[in-house]
Amino acid sequence: MVMKWRDALFGLLATMVIWQLLAWIALIALPTPSVFPPPTEVLTVFFSLIFGELGWHFLVSAWRVIAAIAIAVVLAVPIGLALGQMPFLNRLFSPLIYIAYPIPKIVFLPIIMVLLGAKDASKIFIISLILFFQILVVVRDEATQLRPELIMSVRSIGAGRLALYRFVYLPATIPAVLTALRVSVGTAIAVLFFAESFATTSGLGYYILIEAWSTLRYPEMYAGVLAMSLLGLFLYFVIDGLEKWLTAWK
Amino acid sequence: MANSIIRLIDVTFAYPNGTTILKNFSLTMLPGEAWAVIGPSGCGKSTLLYLMAGLYQPSGGQLLVDGQPLSRPRPKTGLILQDYGLLPWSTVQDNIALGLDIRRFYGPDGKHAPIGEPLPNRLSQVNYWLKRLGIDHLAHHYPNQISGGQRQRTAIARTLVLNPDVLLMDEPFGALDALTREGLQRLILELRSEGHLTTVIVTHSIEEAVYLGQKILLLPFISANLGGCVIVDNSKAGSADYRQTADFFFNCNRLREILETL
Repeated sequence: MVMKWRDALFGLLATMVIWQLLAWIALIALPTPSVFPPPTEVLTVFFSLIFGELGWHFLVSAWRVIAAIAIAVVLAVPIGLALGQMPFLNRLFSPLIYIAYPIPKIVFLPIIMVLLGAKDASKIFIISLILFFQILVVVRDEATQLRPELIMSVRSIGAGRLALYRFVYLPATIPAVLTALRVSVGTAIAVLFFAESFATTSGLGYYILIEAWSTLRYPEMYAGVLAMSLLGLFLYFVIDGLEKWLTAWK
Repeated sequence: MANSIIRLIDVTFAYPNGTTILKNFSLTMLPGEAWAVIGPSGCGKSTLLYLMAGLYQPSGGQLLVDGQPLSRPRPKTGLILQDYGLLPWSTVQDNIALGLDIRRFYGPDGKHAPIGEPLPNRLSQVNYWLKRLGIDHLAHHYPNQISGGQRQRTAIARTLVLNPDVLLMDEPFGALDALTREGLQRLILELRSEGHLTTVIVTHSIEEAVYLGQKILLLPFISANLGGCVIVDNSKAGSADYRQTADFFFNCNRLREILETL
């Protein structure tokens, strides 16, 4: 699913219209309409803050989630390839992965914070952990599904194990990795929000819950929500673009 | 025979599950010969080809290519399969260059690439074979955007770029329509006439075997209980118009008769 810019623009416009309508309804129906400010008010606050305080929290959050994605990809792709390529290893580890895959890793956050502290490391680790299993499983499955004829023919023109990884396995798994990322980028940001909601003084989760919400500054809170949504959209667009560029052959 | 290009001496091959495909199998191929291997499905003809390609290792006996025992695919042996041999994510041009890229990746180590043979210029070499095989207009297409015949031309070009002296083919034209198949068969004859290429084609088509094989190896259903393997001499094969001659029809019928008795 690769979206055109025109479609994206239309989607944005539709969101604004619905938001404005809901704000009007809130104005009539809610006893405290300030809970649901109109987009114009939020956008004004957003643009006044994004080049200052809010921008800084945005960058902190972006760094955490991008670092987590990078770590997950760097670890999960080679391990997934190795498992997919070595039936013995796969037989050994697949029961473990089968059990570990559906466990909601977020429940380990308190333990991880005890072990890694309340700083960036614990937040990055928990997101990496979740993405790691998603990517591991798709890469492994992709590597086992490669046709033996393809491997044979590439081996016949001189490829050893190393060249097979470089010229066959790695490019073959790129689409699967991107799909896994696209599916899990929402989860990654949700987990980031949760991880930033306590025991920290930076990040959009902290900004939304502690700086804005707990002091009843609703326009600021929505500016934070908008920033977090934009972070998700931005990552989604990047993955989409990579997919368009790297999987043109499909 | 010192000058044999491929030599199997008492070769036995069994799959890990114990199924024996070949037993005490001996065969000698001379440089420049054109071989065809034919037999029913499951007779081990593809296995034989993979052994000669160095992709399988014999469980017993010895297999020499160009006088050397074969422990891995040999840089100067080309292999063409029926399908799925091309990288789907690479363009025709990049697929043809794959062998060169792999050699560059390892460097001339004598294992994956021959020592002392300088790597040809990637672009000029690829362009030459693109033109030679009539697929230069498809250079930037992906394999799923071109026809089966064009894919096989790409696979052949990918092999020829590496300047092979042995060309092994496993039912290479089986999935193609009659005219495309005949065009590619003529191409193989043409390439043979240009150099000292030894060709081995595994096929289930009697006509193809007779057209392309100056020596035809017939494998019985289970080559394991040997004695049954027959080599038919078909030395008149090799010219493009052989297909229209009385000899061709005669040899096809002869081959059919022998196959039925196996």
